[in-house]
Amino acid sequence: MNAEVQMSYAEAIRDALDIALASDERVFLMGEDIGVYGGAFQVTGDLVHKYGEERVMDTPISELGAAGVAVGAALNGMRPILEFQFSDFAALALEQIVNQAAKIRYMLGGAVSVPVVMRFPAGSGTGAAAQHSQSLEAWLAHVPGLKVIQPSTPHDVKGMLLAALEDPDPVMIFEHKLLYKMKDTVPAGHYTVPIGKAAVLREGTDVTVVASSIMTHKSLEAAEQLADNGISAEVIDLRTPRPIDQETIVGSVKKTSRLMCVYEGVKTLGIGAELSAMVAESDAFDYLDAPIVRLGGAECPIPYNPMLEKQAVPQTDDIVSAATALVHGRR
Amino acid sequence: MALSHSNSERLPFLLNAASKEQLSDALLKMHQIRCFEEGAEDSYIRGLIHGTMHLSIGQEGSAVGVCMMLNDTDQITSTHRGHGHCVAKGADLKLMFAEFFGKEEGYCKGRGGSMHIADVGKGNLGANGIVGGGLPIAVGAALANKKLGNGKVVVCFFGDGASNEGAFHEALNMASVWKLPVVFVCENNGYGMSTSTARSTAVQDIADRASAYNMPGHIVDGNSISDVAEVTDTAVRRARDGQGPTLVECKTYRWRGHSKSDRNRYRTTDEIEAWKKKDPIKRFENLLCEYQLFTTAEIDAIATQGKQDVETAIEFARHGTDPDPLSVERDVYSRPIAASLTNAPAGTIA
Repeated sequence: MNAEVQMSYAEAIRDALDIALASDERVFLMGEDIGVYGGAFQVTGDLVHKYGEERVMDTPISELGAAGVAVGAALNGMRPILEFQFSDFAALALEQIVNQAAKIRYMLGGAVSVPVVMRFPAGSGTGAAAQHSQSLEAWLAHVPGLKVIQPSTPHDVKGMLLAALEDPDPVMIFEHKLLYKMKDTVPAGHYTVPIGKAAVLREGTDVTVVASSIMTHKSLEAAEQLADNGISAEVIDLRTPRPIDQETIVGSVKKTSRLMCVYEGVKTLGIGAELSAMVAESDAFDYLDAPIVRLGGAECPIPYNPMLEKQAVPQTDDIVSAATALVHGRR
Repeated sequence: MALSHSNSERLPFLLNAASKEQLSDALLKMHQIRCFEEGAEDSYIRGLIHGTMHLSIGQEGSAVGVCMMLNDTDQITSTHRGHGHCVAKGADLKLMFAEFFGKEEGYCKGRGGSMHIADVGKGNLGANGIVGGGLPIAVGAALANKKLGNGKVVVCFFGDGASNEGAFHEALNMASVWKLPVVFVCENNGYGMSTSTARSTAVQDIADRASAYNMPGHIVDGNSISDVAEVTDTAVRRARDGQGPTLVECKTYRWRGHSKSDRNRYRTTDEIEAWKKKDPIKRFENLLCEYQLFTTAEIDAIATQGKQDVETAIEFARHGTDPDPLSVERDVYSRPIAASLTNAPAGTIA
């Protein structure tokens, strides 16, 4: 049994990186300003002083190139961990992520694997506006060959990052920037949290709320308020958009007979669409007492004005209202 | 400015640097490439294979001239026009043709096809369907080799067109900043599909771009295998000694169109015929005869051997095994993952 320590989400990532760097010579970090600067969000912190510039490598501002370098190094047996400064910059590197990392194993008939980990600071709420605030996990989750995770707690991000390093295939980690300062009790030392397994954070009987990343916290807050109003919400942390934990989600909907999906990415054609379709195609369909509800990001880029920025993504009150209407049959 | 290489006034490099056996092997590989491409084209015309292909007939000098200067453990990344690189790095023609025919026996078990043939065991990290896609990957492979201290050099083949991709510039910059053991080999065949370098590229010589990344740039006659080998030798030694990357530009020409859709509307027959007179295979054979290292009979025997090797490979491929359609989702991941990502009906997880 590991001892437990208090640490923030960012510190939990650093702890995982530290453990990985110390225990596996193949592991090295790459990214923009992750060395003496410590990373744009101070995730790598002082690791460069402990492990040196060879293993905590600052890259030029070359997202496409750096992603390809990570792929090439992984092909040759290394375990690179590439930090993007913002998840939005994945757009600059999609060629290497989508056409190369995701497909090389398949294209080569299974002759190789590409054990690369890429970390993407994501999400809105920092006033950084349209090009530094997106939630693009559904883009990458659409690509077979990738695994995509969205840990929502310090405990999970440490354990899932260490699990990602044990995974032979490319793992994309979306880290909501507002979570970096969140504190939690985290086991010391090495442990893993499995990729592909959702977590039931709160049990309930009236509605299943499947939330991802920061929305799990808003959904838990909402569940408290709903309980005061006599509504019992089951809150599930999706954790992994690809592969989705169908068993947990379908099982929950069969129990509660109602499904609400809460996520920060743009509402349409996203994770909510997949969750809804998955449940509608399953035997849980016969258990549904009401139409499925999606609460997602507004159909616009993330705006700068703080009131507009809040308006653009689901808030706790929105979840309470939508769940109340869903359970009481008002839409 | 890039350095230009011409060896007209001294004994050609290869005749000193290579044994007769190595010269013989190089000529055989050039013939195997030529015959492979002709066999691929013929198989397509006869309806034995589908898809498209990018033939490297006319570019055999750069593929073989570069790869013959590498150790077996050295690595390459290749391009959509990559059959020649694969043969030159020592691939089994039977497994290459089996891949072309989409068979389970192929290098990629029929999943990759012409544009994705790889032979990792021989150091070929794979062809690439994305122009410029292999450049950062080669840099990453070289970074790993440097970290592992294994002494391996990576050669990154790419075309003139790729030098206008952002990936080219990012890759060369990083390779130079980190002094990585990689050699960038640009096979400049004059055209990115239909668009000539004159119409698409701000410099006349791709090798001039090396100066922007503080590395040596060499221009070489890509149809002279000896000149290619000489420049490669210099670049590989530099890489292995830890002095960093080199950009080599091989001036060459593809005799065939870009792919099967090419109607050849962007260049003249005269131009093609003029380049055919610079056939890298004929030039190598003439060189070997001129210096009386090989008899005509020996050279004819090598050419015949190349042809027979390809015929055997095609026969092998034709009798290969078609993949089981139900195996379509195999090898996407290394380990089986949740049934939710397969087409199994939802709600039926055991």
